[in-house]
Amino acid sequence: MFLPKDPFNVIIGGVGGQGNVLASQILGETLVAQGYVITIGETYGASQRGGSVMSHLRISAKNPFSPLIPEGQGDLLVALEPVEGLRILAPYGNPNIMTLLNTRPIHPIEVISGDADYPEVSKVIATIKDLSSRIWTLNATEIALEMGDSIFSNIVMLGALSSIQVLPIDRQTFQSVIKELLPSRTIEENMSAFDRGRAEVEEVTKNKPVSSRGGGEN
Amino acid sequence: MSSISQNAPGKVALLMGNEAIARGALEAGVKVCAAYPGNPSSEIIGTLAGVADEMGLHVEWSVNEKVALEVAAAASLAGLRGLCAMKQNGLNVASDFLLNLNLTGTRGGLVVVVADDPAGVSSSNEEDSRIFAKLGDLPLLEPATIQEAKEMTREAFSLSEKLGLPVMIRSVTRVSHARGNVSLDELPQSGPKPGFDLSQPRCAFPALPNHRLLHERFQRAKEMSEESPFNFYRGPERPDLVVITSGSGYLYSLEAAINLKIEERVGILKLGMTWPLPEAFVLGYLREAGNFLFIEEVDPFLENNVKELFAQNCFDIGVKRFHGKADGMVPDVGELNPEIVTAAMENLLNVRHLPRPENYSRIAREAAAGLVPARALGFCAGCPHRATYWAIKLALALDGRNGFVLGDIGCYSLGMGPSGFAQMKTLHAMGSGVGLACGFGQLERFGLEQPVVAVCGDSTFYHAAIPALINARYNGANFLLLLLDNNATAMTGFQPHPGTGLTATGDKTPVIDLRAICEVFGASVEVVDPFDVESTVEMILRMIRTEKGVHPVRNPNCCNLELSETSNQKMEKGEIISNGVKVLILRRECALVSAKRQKKLFRIEVDQERCLGEACGCNRLCTRIFKCPGLMWDQATGRARIDEAICTGCGVCTEICPASAIRKEAA
Ligand code: SF4
Ligand code: SF4
Repeated sequence: MFLPKDPFNVIIGGVGGQGNVLASQILGETLVAQGYVITIGETYGASQRGGSVMSHLRISAKNPFSPLIPEGQGDLLVALEPVEGLRILAPYGNPNIMTLLNTRPIHPIEVISGDADYPEVSKVIATIKDLSSRIWTLNATEIALEMGDSIFSNIVMLGALSSIQVLPIDRQTFQSVIKELLPSRTIEENMSAFDRGRAEVEEVTKNKPVSSRGGGEN
Repeated sequence: MSSISQNAPGKVALLMGNEAIARGALEAGVKVCAAYPGNPSSEIIGTLAGVADEMGLHVEWSVNEKVALEVAAAASLAGLRGLCAMKQNGLNVASDFLLNLNLTGTRGGLVVVVADDPAGVSSSNEEDSRIFAKLGDLPLLEPATIQEAKEMTREAFSLSEKLGLPVMIRSVTRVSHARGNVSLDELPQSGPKPGFDLSQPRCAFPALPNHRLLHERFQRAKEMSEESPFNFYRGPERPDLVVITSGSGYLYSLEAAINLKIEERVGILKLGMTWPLPEAFVLGYLREAGNFLFIEEVDPFLENNVKELFAQNCFDIGVKRFHGKADGMVPDVGELNPEIVTAAMENLLNVRHLPRPENYSRIAREAAAGLVPARALGFCAGCPHRATYWAIKLALALDGRNGFVLGDIGCYSLGMGPSGFAQMKTLHAMGSGVGLACGFGQLERFGLEQPVVAVCGDSTFYHAAIPALINARYNGANFLLLLLDNNATAMTGFQPHPGTGLTATGDKTPVIDLRAICEVFGASVEVVDPFDVESTVEMILRMIRTEKGVHPVRNPNCCNLELSETSNQKMEKGEIISNGVKVLILRRECALVSAKRQKKLFRIEVDQERCLGEACGCNRLCTRIFKCPGLMWDQATGRARIDEAICTGCGVCTEICPASAIRKEAA
């Protein structure tokens, strides 16, 4: 598979604690193993959870690019949380951007404390759909919790990413990369998280609206 | 694990900037590496610690940056290569030593990496450490790409040896924390044997001859700067605009010129060795072009130095236009980004670039503004600091004398914000809360009636608070010090420190006990678990009472701001702790550290029958006031509930609910 565009710009965004940085690293290593030149910029501050985090991946066949994607130039958005997806589209989206979305919300403390409202998830998905050329969804957090720990949700998302065929990620390269990066006792579980993401992601189209499973809870 | 220690010349690895710096040091045959953790520099030493055993290095987390630099300098004085890494604030701490070391000179290559945090994303301040290179006449390198971070680090060691001076590398967040392809070079197989040359004492005094010697070395550094392969020009022969840039600004400038389709009009003068300035090299371009734009992070360092050079030569080279921070073409605070650089080029060359239809921009921004709630940084679910600040808030309210909390740097700095109930009221440097308390703790004689409380983390305590505590005891300052002992340097990635019993390389070492240190100075010390909220409140109250002011414990008219009958009686009868400095250690491991090791403590549930919903006595105390992200407010049922994807099962919220609706069960 070759790049639809050079550089091809991917943004992975979510909430601190969702494994954003690890997901971008695994994706980057998978692509470097196939000969691409990758630059990744991470937007994270202290180690605390709870804030918005975002990784920018620039994928090129030949050159390093700056670790920040210029505004309006995202090509693929991987959103680990619904409103975080929309937050990122505002500066980085464009009519050609494609979005892969985890539909499970994480409430900010502003919402928990009642100072702000969390919008209806179906509304967020519909808005993101309007702002994207294609959109795929799944409830990666729910799948991870079914597997016993929400920690797997980023790997579920990478599995989903491999199945939508936008980027060249094959199962075998992914497996060899996580063998380098993650403790060996977790490899099997991570591979099944990857496979469940592959199996359960669905494209949202006119005739196939958001399924109840994909719709998440609010 | 990683490619860091592989002797595989030509192999391409995806490395973080800080890992590339570590790899460069290994390729240079570094032997001793030391640092105190600080974002965005922490992974340099973290990475080296991981390979220390197999590569035969000494790698340590030192107690602070000054000691770290002294440790690395000792290696240099013994003829080995040493590396010291820090963030911008760390250089302030280390600078006293650095600005004497430049006078005595060094022997083995000594490289000081300073990673600046433009915009202070994870810092108390925004600071440009390059000024210190100028202050100390030290050679300065600024990597622009991840590959260059590795090359420069390797080169910096030989530069240092040629000059007999420490060499500074100034990185920034967008280099240190970015990742990119790096092609590896060979690792050396052997190194020199260390020895201190007795015929060459290293004494900064007398200053004059040493200062003269420093200037001679600096002259040689100038010659090397002119030859440096890290300085180059990319662009047309007769450019309409020359961008003079360093560090992260280089790739932004390249890309902006491509996006604006002005590569034929814009030249990029990329400087890698930025001090001493390669004057002849820069002068060549000053002569040829008329219009210059400076793109650099934090202060106008290149901008001012090049203008100085221009002033010296303006008779020969004529009138020029300079744009940058001085004329407002580029913001004079904050981090650079592609938009800032693009906008400056657009303005100066009168071109426009529309990355997406305007219509799309408007709809996307409006949709986000209408639907997306803010998301502030806060303490993690199950963080001991939330419980600590909750107890502080309760105790200070019950005491009723407007006590206030002086703080400093660490995760607990978030105590200034909503997730720490805005309890912390000052934030400056490492250990400054305790230092300020030494002063506030003297003001009673002038009529200060408010109790003075300082907070300080465990790692920060070893770093900078011990002298302040000695000072407090020596001069009789009256305050309560709360030591927030979470058994890690949590904010920067859970590095060990002298209280953890582990070194950087994971070896066991004697624990230097916080309590024992405080007791040695004669402070009265108590220890409490902040998850035991009631005992913590009681202890704080007891310890802020003084001989002079015995204050009845009030029950402010708010649910749960009340101690149980027994503890109230205990308080009334309890002996009064005498004046002077008192220390309360709040001991509970960082939630993220314990999550790595063990499963949840408790399974938590909100009893939907018992939860009072909107009618809750204190207006939804758990969610509206306590605000742990593990809790949720269910709009549909009007009841609190637990978010099992987030809750760590600490059980603190079960103590907070006035209706005892939140229940814990051993997990
Ligand atoms: S038990 Fe309560 S306070 Fe602790 S993490 Fe869970 S929701 Fe937060
Ligand atoms: S759980 Fe307790 S504190 Fe929270 S709203 Fe219900 S009754 Fe109030």
